[in-house]
Amino acid sequence: MKNMISRRNFLAAAGVVAAAGVLTACGGSSSTAASTAAASGSTAAAASGDTIKVGVMGPLSGNVSVYGQAVVNGATLYLKQVNANGGINGKQIEILTEDEQGDATQAVNCFTKMVDEGMTALIGDVTTTPTLAVVAESADYNMPMVTASATAEAVTYDAETDTVNANVFRATFTDPFQGIKMADYAYQKLGYTKAAVIFKKGADYNEGLAENFVNEFESLGGTIVDQESYSEGDVDFKTQLTTILGKDPETVFCPNYYEEVGQILSQAESVGLTVPFLGGDGWDGLEGYATNDQLKDTYFCANYAKGSNAEFEDAYKAEYGEEYPNGFSPLGYDAAKTVVYGLQAAEDAGLEAGTDDYKQAVIDAIASGTIDGITGTFTFDEHHDPVKQTAILTYVDGKPVLKEMF
Amino acid sequence: MTVFFSQLINGLSLGSIYALIALGYSMVYGIILLLNFAHGDVIMVGAYMSWFVMNQLGLGPVTAVCATILTCTLLGVVIEKIAYTPLRSAPRISLLITAIGVSFFLEYTAELVMGSGAKVIPSYYDNKTFYLGKVPLGLTSIITLVVTVLSMLVLTFLVQKTKLGKAMRAVSEDMDAARLMGINVNSTISFTFAVGSALAGIGSVLYCCSYPQATPTMGSMLGLKAFVAAVLGGIGSIPGAMVGGIVIGLCECFVSAIGLSAWKDAVTFAILIIVLLFKPTGFLGRKVQEKV
Repeated sequence: MKNMISRRNFLAAAGVVAAAGVLTACGGSSSTAASTAAASGSTAAAASGDTIKVGVMGPLSGNVSVYGQAVVNGATLYLKQVNANGGINGKQIEILTEDEQGDATQAVNCFTKMVDEGMTALIGDVTTTPTLAVVAESADYNMPMVTASATAEAVTYDAETDTVNANVFRATFTDPFQGIKMADYAYQKLGYTKAAVIFKKGADYNEGLAENFVNEFESLGGTIVDQESYSEGDVDFKTQLTTILGKDPETVFCPNYYEEVGQILSQAESVGLTVPFLGGDGWDGLEGYATNDQLKDTYFCANYAKGSNAEFEDAYKAEYGEEYPNGFSPLGYDAAKTVVYGLQAAEDAGLEAGTDDYKQAVIDAIASGTIDGITGTFTFDEHHDPVKQTAILTYVDGKPVLKEMF
Repeated sequence: MTVFFSQLINGLSLGSIYALIALGYSMVYGIILLLNFAHGDVIMVGAYMSWFVMNQLGLGPVTAVCATILTCTLLGVVIEKIAYTPLRSAPRISLLITAIGVSFFLEYTAELVMGSGAKVIPSYYDNKTFYLGKVPLGLTSIITLVVTVLSMLVLTFLVQKTKLGKAMRAVSEDMDAARLMGINVNSTISFTFAVGSALAGIGSVLYCCSYPQATPTMGSMLGLKAFVAAVLGGIGSIPGAMVGGIVIGLCECFVSAIGLSAWKDAVTFAILIIVLLFKPTGFLGRKVQEKV
């Protein structure tokens, strides 16, 4: 997903905003009562018998708002579709929307406000830092929570204490997962046995993908003939590429962001390294940075391939009057789908919305369920990360197209 | 062995870009003893100009090259007139700090106007790759090397054999005495900046041939490396800049080639420190007698 900016900036942004606006109330908020039966935002009591209150939160303003809006719009779209189709067993979903402005303190405030309003399940948060804050808070309430896009491992699983955050799930794949998937794809599907890697040193995303690719590729029986790295700000990669060429690999895994990938692909051509390159979702946006020839036979993975689900894309356009902005919208849509899947099970069991049993039923259903999402069909592993197919994209005439789901 | 020769060529083509930029650095320093830290950023502005002419206006590469060199030349002269001329009699340190200020000004203005993302510069020509045996040799590498050597020769001729060059050397020797001898110091210095910046323009074009992306900060590290090259070769010496650039380029390539790419910059600057310790005047610098 295109969270390069978020990864780099939201920590800083969150810090600044936190310092500036501690303890202010939640930002702009709205409560969309889909059913007329939904009473006024009454008291802190549990949800009324007629509606199920679902919270949706994200940074709708501030400098990561591009991601927040995408997620919230995607999630809201699905919830509205469910309501239009008669709701869950006849009950309408009441959507509680909160803007946490990209700030961890705000996010917790928004969360407790929605709990007070009778929220049964939460779709959110969007970026990693505020999500972690909400995760800590949500454990006290055992609140079912599905984040569309937070990729940090700690969101669902604490490696230090080896505990899973039981009530938290995510719809997006994680960084290590991409490296593993691309290694599987290279070895099993493309039949490569000798691969090289070139990645930027000192960057979590790039190193994470590279390391997991190498481990997986070798454990499958492949050989990593060379691992080359470079530093932030480098523009000359010819030396590394020449070294790679000398080791004679069948493919090169290049898990970097598109601007550098563009330089690498064009310099690879000039040193005579013509084997196919593979990459991760940081390649999104690469078209225009390399020639059609250089992009030929390259593959990269993404949560969602544009054009792969016309129904979703048309519905988004009809609802919001514009194309879906980025890969976060389909993930928001699938996060909502996951929540609704859990709610359906709890409703089927005839439990009362908002009770502890109800929440536990939602969590149990999601943990053991299979979600038929638009970013692939997925289940959840023991760390509550989705096990799903990734979209493998390739370039045809310089344009990214879906090759297959893998 | 093929890999070794390929790396040698990589190093030479990288080094000749450093050398070309170092020439501009060295020349300005040689005449008015100013480290023009904005030199690298002039290259950045040139790169955006190429992008603008080819990508936005849709004009051909010849127009783009002319526009780039012209823009850089004018920019260099304008910077000199606005920022450096008023400080002619100020201490050297003021001039140096002003140069750094100009550099930041150009970088952040570019970021404001163009955004921080990279702009892709369309290629000026079809890059062909020739093979010497199995060693690939890009047309761009050849052109870069040839243009750099030509620039060095022309520059040497200009400084050593022409009347203007004589004026430059006189100004460099003693500004006041030169003025008394009837040399127009202001126009000589402006001309020096024009030539230095035109070299930056040529450097910009060659750089974009090899690395076709323009970013607001592309000039800073490039300028720094060129500065190291100029010092290494002997700052103020034209052939020295050439030698220094090639040495730095080869050095970076071979450090990366043995798998220490993360240490590339560290090695470059370590070389600078060692040279300054043992031969402060650089490889080809002449010893200047302190004027009493």
